[in-house]
Amino acid sequence: MIRTTPFHERTSALNETQLWSHWSGHLAADRYQMSDKFEYFAVRNAAGIFDTSPLFKYRITGKDAEAFLSGVLARDIRACQPGNAQYTCWLDDRGFVIEDGVILRPGKDEFLLTSAEPNYAYFADRIGRFDVKIEDVSHELGTLAFQGPRSRSLLKQLVPQMEHIPYFGVAKGEIGGAGVTVSRTGYSGDLGYEIWIDTPDALHVWDTLWDSIEGQGVLPFGLAALYMLRIEAGLLLLEADFDSSRYAWNDAHRSTPLELGWAWMFRDLKTDDRAFIGRKALEKEIADKTSRWAMRGLVVDWRDYDRVYNDAGLIPPKDHAPVVEDWMLYDDDYERVGYATSFMYSPMLQRHIAIARVRPDFAKFGTKVNLEFTVDHHYEQVAAHVARLPLYSPERKTA
Amino acid sequence: MTMTAPKPTKSNKSGKNGNGAKSTRATSRADRTYDAIVVGGGHNGLVNGAYLAKAGLKVLVLERRHLVGGAAITEELRPGFWFTTFSYALSLLRPEIIHDLELTKHGFMPLLMSTTFAPGLDGDYLLFTQDHGQNQQEIARHSKHDADAYDQYSHDMEMVCQAIKPLLDMVPPDIFSDDPEEMIALANVGSRFKKMDKRVLHNAVRLLTGSAADFLDDYFDSELLKGYLSSSSIIGTKVGPRSQGSGLVLLYHSIGEHDGEFGAWAFHKKGNGGFTQVLARAAESFGAEIRLESPVDSVITKDGQATGVALQDGTEFYAPVVVSALDPRRTFLELVNPRELPDDLVENIERFRFQGTSSKVNFALDALPIYRDLDGSQFRGFTNIGPSMDYLERAFDDAKYGWYSQNPYIDCAIQSTIDADMAPPGKHVLSCFIQYTPYKLRESDWDSEKENLGDTVQRTLERFFPGFGDLVLQREVRTPLDIERTVGLSEGNIFAGEFFAPQMFFFRPAPGWSQYRTPIDGYYQCGSGTHPGGCVMGAPGRLAAGQILKDRAKVGAPSSKTRVAARV
Repeated sequence: MIRTTPFHERTSALNETQLWSHWSGHLAADRYQMSDKFEYFAVRNAAGIFDTSPLFKYRITGKDAEAFLSGVLARDIRACQPGNAQYTCWLDDRGFVIEDGVILRPGKDEFLLTSAEPNYAYFADRIGRFDVKIEDVSHELGTLAFQGPRSRSLLKQLVPQMEHIPYFGVAKGEIGGAGVTVSRTGYSGDLGYEIWIDTPDALHVWDTLWDSIEGQGVLPFGLAALYMLRIEAGLLLLEADFDSSRYAWNDAHRSTPLELGWAWMFRDLKTDDRAFIGRKALEKEIADKTSRWAMRGLVVDWRDYDRVYNDAGLIPPKDHAPVVEDWMLYDDDYERVGYATSFMYSPMLQRHIAIARVRPDFAKFGTKVNLEFTVDHHYEQVAAHVARLPLYSPERKTA
Repeated sequence: MTMTAPKPTKSNKSGKNGNGAKSTRATSRADRTYDAIVVGGGHNGLVNGAYLAKAGLKVLVLERRHLVGGAAITEELRPGFWFTTFSYALSLLRPEIIHDLELTKHGFMPLLMSTTFAPGLDGDYLLFTQDHGQNQQEIARHSKHDADAYDQYSHDMEMVCQAIKPLLDMVPPDIFSDDPEEMIALANVGSRFKKMDKRVLHNAVRLLTGSAADFLDDYFDSELLKGYLSSSSIIGTKVGPRSQGSGLVLLYHSIGEHDGEFGAWAFHKKGNGGFTQVLARAAESFGAEIRLESPVDSVITKDGQATGVALQDGTEFYAPVVVSALDPRRTFLELVNPRELPDDLVENIERFRFQGTSSKVNFALDALPIYRDLDGSQFRGFTNIGPSMDYLERAFDDAKYGWYSQNPYIDCAIQSTIDADMAPPGKHVLSCFIQYTPYKLRESDWDSEKENLGDTVQRTLERFFPGFGDLVLQREVRTPLDIERTVGLSEGNIFAGEFFAPQMFFFRPAPGWSQYRTPIDGYYQCGSGTHPGGCVMGAPGRLAAGQILKDRAKVGAPSSKTRVAARV
């Protein structure tokens, strides 16, 4: 029997389409309404609520928790002081990315790590002699992402403590009398928060939140809208833009954190004395400049795109629904110089955009590449230029 | 990229306090000299000014009112309630303009309308969503025949639109010229038609010259569906669905593209006023100066050459290029002395048909109206009060004989269901586009009939949504006379001149003057009265800018600014 999330009773009543995906063994709404783009715009223009409960969640506690995590996580967890959160990743000893996730640090010796895939064994087997406890609390917590320009002003009415938390800050408070943790995190690239709720309180918190936002243009949103948001926001998706090195058959399916655009996580590597898994390989990659790829945004030249369709007598399709597959990128001599992995028509940018990886010599912003796709069942190439990720990043996200 | 909420009014150094004209009178002539002056800060004036500024010209846009936008404005008539006073939706805006003027950097935000609701007279309705299969089922409730007929119709329309669409983005060739360049351009247009599939070409001609009713009757049985579809054939025009010429209006309302969706109509954040604020920011970012509360009295000419403009208060601004974004009547008969123009042009403009026939009635609502057992989500888009072609044709009958429709066509949009910033929480704004309301009333006038029209509209809405009247917090009625007085559009015609074949393409606004130039050197036209016409398209503004820049390049005019034009 497929699992449902702690909010299912409410989300299923709201899901007019009855379209569901299976996400980590849970029912997750694809879209609540006939139009996913309408949900998308609610997030960009007001706010939206997304049930992110199917994520795996691990509580890591104990006096050695920080020391333990310093060794297994690649980004320096010591820089994440209590009351904050951090986007992090963990590597294998060859320096390839296993996974990424957000980790919350509600207290000095208390952490909450999320991941897309199960990672309990991976972490538990590496505790050794540390005084650390790791629990899989995936089912004990329900999580709601509350994202969009109105999220702060609406949520502060329920949880005043969250009003001034910075980007990736964490606050504790109550909603309808139930204790909750609020983090300023999310997967939309917008101003937004995630609310962490004990499962028994889930419906009560949902109802309190739902009642408080009535008439404010807030909509529940599903995976379809989320995937649009995350591509504009340049947020990578496992098994779409990269794969876990644990299960990859060869290195073509593995990526280093530098290849995924996460060099910024290691800005302070020189003064960081941790011995963490993958460090040596990472240092060697930096020193020898052996990264195979650079992670970049791609903005398609609209004139060129329209031209190939108009020449064929077709209406140029501009579909906001993301397509996740390999799209080849070439230079003008038809040599492959990279590949795009997530492609869509962006409402905020009014362009086709993609998340792509390009050869380092094509990584400079503005570099022209040619994106290949098919028109009338034959290959066509259109010009695109390499751009910085995220492609859409409103000031309010971090302000 | 930043997203700032559109401001209700455009503030700048001269317009903000309304006394800018006095202070500039003291400035030197050099300070009041520009490369180009655009008269009128409606969407086409702003587009034109932005393109010229982007090309490096020193541009001044003069707007009569306290805010830019012309007919595309959003106003807070009641605290927290924002009304799209006149123009209220987007579709035909040319995508090139979004890209060329980098509008996404300035807050361009197309908001999807996710439903279309068309209540019928018998208590039933059509409710379209973004789910194609569901729409087929919905149509089949009314006519099993029409379910796939609708797909066939949509496909046939799209093929015509795709074939015709490039005409919107080109300067019409001058068919009266012997210039080889013009003859080649004409041949190119001809070859476009020659390349068309027979069926597509025939459909195109049927639409361009015939009636929407004839076209739709070939496909459909359902009166409700035909009522809904033919509603797009009368907008802004004094035709009924059975009039020859309504096909052209239908075609225009199907040929747009919104947020990448072909033929889609939708909304901009904070309404069309939100959109023109984006345009103004874009124009200013390229260096254009926008002066509010600066009504232009006339264009100054010397030896058949435009040299500047005089404001109503006497202030003069100078430029070798003056562009009128006003309608053809004002452009040719008011801003300049018609005696400076050829007689045939003056005659053509004098008989150019305006005859505005549309009004707006806007409501502030205490809550969403109730329709039977529907939950209100059907209002997330247009609600079409046009339950059959007969209904629309009868509404037109009233107008034929000089009166407003007693059962009017109403295109409703509760924009606050799409953009929560338009109304306080739980409250709503309802924009109603009304037809027919002829500019000239038989033995009466709009000052006398204005509120009666409001009552007629409210009564009509009450018929479809019992209890509607109890929800009304405030009502605003804008007749064709108000449109003329407030916006300046002659006879309140929303397209700055009717959409009918003798006033389109080569002939818009007059034979021989469809290329944005005028008989006065340096004096240009860029309003919706030029090709391709009205709706918030921006194409006239853009195409006119292209002509101006081309002419300047020919004479090698230097730019007073040295900065390099921004990248396209």
